[in-house]
Amino acid sequence: MKPAPFAYEAARSLPGALRLLGDGDAQALAGGQSLVPLLNFRLARPALLVDLNPIAELSYLRRSDGVLRIGALTRQATLERSAVVQHGWPLLRQAVRMVGHPAIRNRGTVGGSVAHADPSAELPVALTALGATFILRSARGQRTVGADELFRGPMSTSIAPDELLTEIEVPPAPQGAQMAFVEHARTHGDFALAGAAVVLAPEHAAIALLGAGATPVRAVAAERALLAGATDGEAATLAGGELCDEYRRALVTALVTRALERARR
Amino acid sequence: MRISVDINGAAYEGDVEPRTLLSDFIRHEAGLTGTHVGCEHGVCGACTVQLDGEPVRSCLMLAVQAHGRALLTVEGLAGADGKLTPLQRAFTEHHALQCGFCTAGFLISADALLRRRPVLSEAEIREEMAGNLCRCTGYEGIVAAVRAVATTPDDA
Repeated sequence: MKPAPFAYEAARSLPGALRLLGDGDAQALAGGQSLVPLLNFRLARPALLVDLNPIAELSYLRRSDGVLRIGALTRQATLERSAVVQHGWPLLRQAVRMVGHPAIRNRGTVGGSVAHADPSAELPVALTALGATFILRSARGQRTVGADELFRGPMSTSIAPDELLTEIEVPPAPQGAQMAFVEHARTHGDFALAGAAVVLAPEHAAIALLGAGATPVRAVAAERALLAGATDGEAATLAGGELCDEYRRALVTALVTRALERARR
Repeated sequence: MRISVDINGAAYEGDVEPRTLLSDFIRHEAGLTGTHVGCEHGVCGACTVQLDGEPVRSCLMLAVQAHGRALLTVEGLAGADGKLTPLQRAFTEHHALQCGFCTAGFLISADALLRRRPVLSEAEIREEMAGNLCRCTGYEGIVAAVRAVATTPDDA
């Protein structure tokens, strides 16, 4: 299948991109690994495609004051190969390696994964577990939102049509944090059916689930139970417990168990 | 839109619509039909080319996005004298192709992989090559061919 016709503008700067996005039926194009299939199937038919790829200022990985700042246009492969990420936020490396395949990660961007908000995407779940915040810019100004405010439903976020996700801020992991990301997909690189991201430290437990809802979900009851001294098995049962579907409940429970076990290794 | 793309060291120019996929530019404008088009949504890997040395899906890029960039397609692997690369020879020796539809994508992916990671175990080869689908061989010959060219961790 071929895309329906559209107008195309290569944005040269962030202000330029924001101006174009404020202009009616425009769609931002980042890595294109999810958007171009939608165009090819004609499931997306924007009037104007605003190509962000020439904007070099949106592609960076920086650690400052302990915070990891990820430019929205940073390629998934760059995240995967970053020593800074591997050292401070190994959860992100584990998660990004499950995104598609190497050729997909060479083009796909971190910001694109977030803004596309596919309920089976790994990076939104890992970023949710890490307590990341998301910076949205428009010609009107800038705002910062958390994962619970950003993700609204399947392929749906609170990013307004004239807004652009420009940066993801990942706070430093707690001292001595252990983390793990696990998922189940029918074949390697296929869309995940379910997954779990966990971050554990003294006085800290974060569990984010993939496939437990239309958005990344924090397993709050399981987190509280762990902090109160519950076993991993009890916490995993709580994490899966809220799901009605029997198969998904079993899957999520097993994956949380596995993630906790792997994090503690 | 007027674009110019370096493919295998030669400049190819053309007028394209914004919606023209890079895979279609390579085949129909540049006439390089070694790159095959399978699923057109990034799943099969048949259309994989190297963009500035890294494998990418040419069906998931617009031709206009390749303006001024350098591509390598399967036609660019062998030398000007037509001499096959060790990887290409290994594909013939290990029966790594039957119908050949997926072969260009496998060669381009494996070529980039071996350049980035010359030392690879069989498990690593299988994981790294999982983005290319073959419906004939059952993959055994393909993995054997890549193994033949890679340095195994035991030898390294």
